[in-house]
Amino acid sequence: MSDMISALFLVIGAAFMLLAAVGVVRMPDLFTRMQTTTKSATLGAGCTLLAAAVYFGDLSITARALAVITFLFLTAPVAAHMIARAAYFIGVPLWNRTIIDELRGHYDLRTHKLIGHPPHRSNHKAHLGKEVKQNPAEDRDR
Amino acid sequence: MLVTEATILALAMLSVALFLALVRLARGPSLPDQVIALDLMGTIAVGIITVYAIATQQPVFLDVAIVLALIAFLGTVAFARYVEKRASS
Repeated sequence: MSDMISALFLVIGAAFMLLAAVGVVRMPDLFTRMQTTTKSATLGAGCTLLAAAVYFGDLSITARALAVITFLFLTAPVAAHMIARAAYFIGVPLWNRTIIDELRGHYDLRTHKLIGHPPHRSNHKAHLGKEVKQNPAEDRDR
Repeated sequence: MLVTEATILALAMLSVALFLALVRLARGPSLPDQVIALDLMGTIAVGIITVYAIATQQPVFLDVAIVLALIAFLGTVAFARYVEKRASS
């Protein structure tokens, strides 16, 4: 029984990582590629580690596998965020069929800090009649 | 035995995945593309090590997976810092 579960998790995990690799070749621009590597590959590695935990069935090995899974799930978003942020600053081109770049104008390109809403962008909550607070990071000294 | 066949199948799929990531690493039009390809190769290598630990029934290899995940993360973060510093200077 544990053999069957382990084999199933192995194949599912390998399939997810293969899908991530296919996505990183086929996707049109950096940011869409990044979502396959971050989500799908992390899930695939998690599945293979679960397979190892089920297969060996030992407490210390299960703890080790869970440690790797936790570490991967904690670090993958951080690494992806840092790379995406750096890529956005150096102006990596978006896909030519991208509909909207909501981050445009929100970064001060000299200091790499978030500024408030750009002046050309209308406040989408203004029709509610409430006063919407601007980004508080605007005037905070960071 | 079921697990043996599953490990062979998984290793084959992971080899193809590693090759595809290598294609992106060689082709990648910008530096961040290559960095995420390298990050993906690190994650796939963690998977390969895990499958190999099951195939050879040596759970010691899982320690290598821990270290490799750590190194891959540090490498990606270092590359991201480098790209961003280079952009601002």
